[in-house]
Amino acid sequence: MNFARTLEFTLNGRVLSGADGSIASPSMRLLDLLRLQAGQTGTKEGCGEGECGACAVLVDGEVVNSCLVPVGQLHGRTVMSIEGLPRTDPLLEAFARAGATQCGICTPGMILAARALLDRQPDPSLDEVREALAGNLCRCTGYARIYAAVLDAATVRGGDA
Amino acid sequence: MPIPERRDGFPGTRGAVGAPVVRKDAAAKVLGEARYVDDLVYPGMLYGATVRTRAAGGTIERIEFGPGFDWSSFVVVAAADIPGVNATRMIEQDQPVLACDRFRHAGEPVLLLAHPDRGLLQEALAAVTVHESPNPAPVFSIDDALALRGEVCPGNVFRDYLMSRGDLAAGEAAAEVVFEGRFETGAQEHVYIEPQGMIAHVDAGGVLVVEGSMQCPYYVLDTLTAVTGRDAGAVRVVHCTTGGGFGGKEEYPSHIAAHAALLSLKAGGRPVKLVYDRAEDMLATPKRHPSRTLVRIGARRDGRLSFLDMDFALDGGAYTTLSPVVLSRGVIHAPGPYACANARVRGRAVATNHPPNGAFRGFGAPQSIFAIEQAMDGLARQLGMTPLELRRVNMLRPGDRSVPGQLIDDTTDFDAVLEQALRESDYLARQEAFAASNAANAAAGRPLRKGIGLATFHHGAGFTGNGEVVLASEARVRANAEGRVQVVASSSEMGQGNTTTLCQVVAGALGLPLDWVTQAPVDTHDVPDSGPTVASRTCMIVGLIVEQAARGLRAELIGKAGLPATAADEHAFAAACARYLDAHPRLEAQARYEPPANVAWDETVFEGSPYASYAWATYVAEVDIDLTTCEVALSGFTAVQEVGRVVNPVIAAGQVEGGVVQGIGFALFEKVVRDGNGAMANNRMTNYIIPTTADVPPVRVFFQEQPGGTGPSGAKGLGELPMDGPGPAILSAVNFALGTRIACLPVLPEDVLAALQAAPAPEVA
Repeated sequence: MNFARTLEFTLNGRVLSGADGSIASPSMRLLDLLRLQAGQTGTKEGCGEGECGACAVLVDGEVVNSCLVPVGQLHGRTVMSIEGLPRTDPLLEAFARAGATQCGICTPGMILAARALLDRQPDPSLDEVREALAGNLCRCTGYARIYAAVLDAATVRGGDA
Repeated sequence: MPIPERRDGFPGTRGAVGAPVVRKDAAAKVLGEARYVDDLVYPGMLYGATVRTRAAGGTIERIEFGPGFDWSSFVVVAAADIPGVNATRMIEQDQPVLACDRFRHAGEPVLLLAHPDRGLLQEALAAVTVHESPNPAPVFSIDDALALRGEVCPGNVFRDYLMSRGDLAAGEAAAEVVFEGRFETGAQEHVYIEPQGMIAHVDAGGVLVVEGSMQCPYYVLDTLTAVTGRDAGAVRVVHCTTGGGFGGKEEYPSHIAAHAALLSLKAGGRPVKLVYDRAEDMLATPKRHPSRTLVRIGARRDGRLSFLDMDFALDGGAYTTLSPVVLSRGVIHAPGPYACANARVRGRAVATNHPPNGAFRGFGAPQSIFAIEQAMDGLARQLGMTPLELRRVNMLRPGDRSVPGQLIDDTTDFDAVLEQALRESDYLARQEAFAASNAANAAAGRPLRKGIGLATFHHGAGFTGNGEVVLASEARVRANAEGRVQVVASSSEMGQGNTTTLCQVVAGALGLPLDWVTQAPVDTHDVPDSGPTVASRTCMIVGLIVEQAARGLRAELIGKAGLPATAADEHAFAAACARYLDAHPRLEAQARYEPPANVAWDETVFEGSPYASYAWATYVAEVDIDLTTCEVALSGFTAVQEVGRVVNPVIAAGQVEGGVVQGIGFALFEKVVRDGNGAMANNRMTNYIIPTTADVPPVRVFFQEQPGGTGPSGAKGLGELPMDGPGPAILSAVNFALGTRIACLPVLPEDVLAALQAAPAPEVA
């Protein structure tokens, strides 16, 4: 009870807390908090069991599937969903130009997984891209254009991303 | 913010056919702003859920509502609540919207519930028990169905087609070498990453509005009017951003729409959201038809085919759905791109107690093409020829007639496609190198084998035969006083890119920048019926219609608003639109599809020219196989295809890459496992495995653009073609690597192990 009250974490730059009601319950899935409570629907539910990566977000810069995370685990952490990614992030334009998005449902999670990769390895090889994105399923593209987009974005330095 | 500024293509791009413009929906999708059905929330919205049968057919005795719930707080819909017809409208009206009394398969919807509290709804769902008297002898295989070991429906056959040419007996007598084989493919789940769903409500004007994830809004409308008894003016179907379809959102959305609509109508018009979770989606929705094909194929010593006899059967599941047309496409594609004067293909869509199978990219062709390609490899082996040599001897060339009867005209140069594939994949050198390395590895006891295989095939675009004549699809183009143009069509974007390609066609026809042209939201109260978004038909056929409509609009402006007939830029166009709209209430032009003269098809004898255009391809697959783990790893894939004019090279390449990877899944990963009731037992992404980035190296894609396409600027249909080739090419590579005769897809490690145990000393081909 107390824990729920004191629970707080940062979502896309905004502090959410149990005390002010912006976190309804510590047992709520992060995915549901994002979509149903915060109204941020860029994070998608593809399977609900951590297999597809459509619900991937960054928690302290690490990719996690938000369908598997009860918000009670997030105390003191920083969560970024697609809505929090700076619009200047070179991945956005790279995905658009390369044709790396088709139906688009996997795209937000895929971009965040790629962002986590580029943050720890700014100049990845194709194999590193393939390994980093292996938790994000795409059924449309066959991945080739996604590889190209990530490698392309890696060559774009500067900006404030 | 570079993305929004480039939302409609590169600055200065005229947007015409052939330009690699950025997709119009790319910005919304990369930013996470595109709204899919599950992203929509309405005040007072209820959530819906579906109670389903468990047995593989039988009789529903009664439905029991468990204790502990205030059932009066739930909206409950059963078959008796259906105001109109209790059947979805497809080819036959044999599939109930809600089962009552008799049913045919596990997972059949029986009862619908709705409640504002999703958690409570799930608990209540578990508290409803359908008491069933199960069918004691369900039928789960094609062979059992055909042998009448149990009855699903009288005769257990939904359709029986025969395509027969020449003199089979004479062809058999002339054959010097004969190969016989039996080939099978399994069910395949679409795994669009967005599960299916619909929201229904009744608006202030009394119109039933159903919006959701779908490929074919007019199919959904057709079912809704029949089920609700309302006319089309009182029902509106609205397409939401759709997260993948691949055929899986062709027919089943009509069921979900009907369910959501029935719940909303019973709830006094309140919005009801019915979105499946993954497990329900995989359990309930159709799969690619499992197939078994018996092939007898004979040739003279020089390799020339003398006869071909195929018995092709599809497991249609428990209701007819689209099986007859899936079957006809499979039968027509069964002889492959080869000339054979004496041929017979019998095709049957068989009834079983599996949940119904339905449309999936390729639509019957991947199954029959798999069989003929494997049979060609087998025949080559028996002739002492290579698979490549046998194909070169028999490939359709200008002046030949295909088995269905289509004259191959001089726009087709299939040899050029084959030769490019051999060159790009370095096929002959690799084949030799792999054979040598396999021999060396075998001698040294190293557990690695390498394989290479090819498939040559073609795919007809658009509805089969007279289908496009019957559809008589329509589309419109309209403009406002600023000269901004809308494409008005029911073609539904599900990721394949038609929102962009149709706009490119229209922008090109009107000489406008691409960002002046958009596609109007797909809403059956606004857009005409352009036919379903299926069959590789959108760019080629609807593209042609919108191009004609654009020309009509331009002619109207030239005739009535002083648009200069030549050299008019967008400003002159906008000025003419403004002048026109000063004098007229609206500015739009409509066109209807006129099939080209070369399409003439006699469905009764399966003879004629079934498709306006074929795309042609040769695919080469390379595999590495670890004999210790029996894993098959794809090490390379080359896809060369001739698709007429490429409308957008980025979108086209994306279609091929995506289709090939679905084909890789079909060949190496994706296996639908059934429980004792015939329902999908591995209905989760945890144990139904689709290819990931770790499994897929970049696919190498090459286009040839030969003349002869009947779409806009000579385009041909493309979307399904890449599904046809990977299965046979990959299995050929596996059999090359291992010296095995595996004849079924998918090939999982246990299948490799079984084949190796059957042939304990793997020899090098």
